[in-house]
Amino acid sequence: MAKTVKLTPPLSDQDVLQLEIGDTVIVSGVIYTARDAAHKRLVDMLARGEALPMDIMGQIIYYVGPSPARPGRVIGAAGPTTSYRMDSYAPTLIRLGLKAMIGKGKRSPEVIEALKTHKAVYLGATGGAGALISQRIKTAEVIAFPELGPEAVHRLEVEDFPTIVINDCQGRDLYELGVRQHRRAAAR
Amino acid sequence: MREIEVAQVTQAVKAAAIAANYEPGADLLAALARGLEEEESPSGKEIFRQLLENARITKEERIPMCQDCGVAIIFAEVGQDVHLVGGDFNEAIQAGVRQGYGEGHLRKSLCHPLTRANTGDNTPAVIHTEIVPGDRLKLTVVPKGGGSENMSRLYMLKPAEGLAGVRERVVTTVEEAGPNPCPPIIVGVGIGGTFERAALLAKKALLRELGQANPDPELADLERQLLGEVNDLGIGPQGLGGRVTAMAVHVLMQPCHIASLPVAVNIQCHASRHKEVVL
Repeated sequence: MAKTVKLTPPLSDQDVLQLEIGDTVIVSGVIYTARDAAHKRLVDMLARGEALPMDIMGQIIYYVGPSPARPGRVIGAAGPTTSYRMDSYAPTLIRLGLKAMIGKGKRSPEVIEALKTHKAVYLGATGGAGALISQRIKTAEVIAFPELGPEAVHRLEVEDFPTIVINDCQGRDLYELGVRQHRRAAAR
Repeated sequence: MREIEVAQVTQAVKAAAIAANYEPGADLLAALARGLEEEESPSGKEIFRQLLENARITKEERIPMCQDCGVAIIFAEVGQDVHLVGGDFNEAIQAGVRQGYGEGHLRKSLCHPLTRANTGDNTPAVIHTEIVPGDRLKLTVVPKGGGSENMSRLYMLKPAEGLAGVRERVVTTVEEAGPNPCPPIIVGVGIGGTFERAALLAKKALLRELGQANPDPELADLERQLLGEVNDLGIGPQGLGGRVTAMAVHVLMQPCHIASLPVAVNIQCHASRHKEVVL
């Protein structure tokens, strides 16, 4: 039976080990954004032996490139982007202590394996609900790579951001389970 | 000849780019409401509720419906009795996109393909111009998201593969896309033409109003079949499992070479945005 868990980073092994696919995770506190170009920069920095712009231990990275904030607003639309494009970078960050990623769409076997080995989870947010999700973001600040525009790394403070566990620490996959339950025999 | 100032084109494109991102169409809202009715899985129903709520917030709070405000695709139908004056027509469209994405607080999502440096103003737009009878100019502005575009496919089939081959490719494309393109999706299918024409047909098919039947009874029947097959996959809203993977399948077809059977499948996420202006 799926449960609802409230979490605030930094997350411990225990925080993520209790999570199972289909569970709702309500995230509050500080999370960091990064998508394609930022991931390349982060992994390149590590390869050069440089420190990352944030302490990654126990943190959550949200795959998002928000639209610009109107004057007087915190942020624009801010829904998740498709996660597979970060698959080649994610295991490196998971090995360093990243505990969760928020995105949408399937992950590679390598990412799912890294989640098992290093105890981390992949959380799904509703793709295309950018206006709805923006209301859960209380502050936003660019902390690295401002020249990347929407792809810059932001530090976000979120309150009650709803997500669902897609891949847990046991290697399970909510997408596979969901499709198995709803596929009709007529489908090839 | 009827004269149209290109400055009017800039204004029209700018306004349409903003409206497309902030004003979900009535047909889309009706399709989402139908989806909520038809969906059986609780998580799928919850997604439809969130998308309807997202649409409400978009309009009331003036937040773009999706942070991916898209590549701006412009379909221009230029009446042959129109004389465009006062400047460069294509540049006028680009200026409209630049101003609309700037002043409308829309995300600038275009970059150099290799260095990935952002162009900074969401140009260049992709422009498809057609000359048509009459003295009007119709502009359709389509902000197209990258996630669903990435899941689109083009196949050059052997004629022997026939209708079965076409159906197989459409279903496979949706199956492989899975949760990635933000289902519930709309599937645009282009059959025939050439390599590039099939892709254009697939994209144009997406422009038809949701809930409207294909005027060609043969294609209307094919659309119903394909929608059934796609929804039997069980992918469901956001890929969490469910009945409604696609809200619609739209097909356009035209003759092709005796050696060919091109099929293009253009996937549209549920944030289906397009605004039409006639000058």
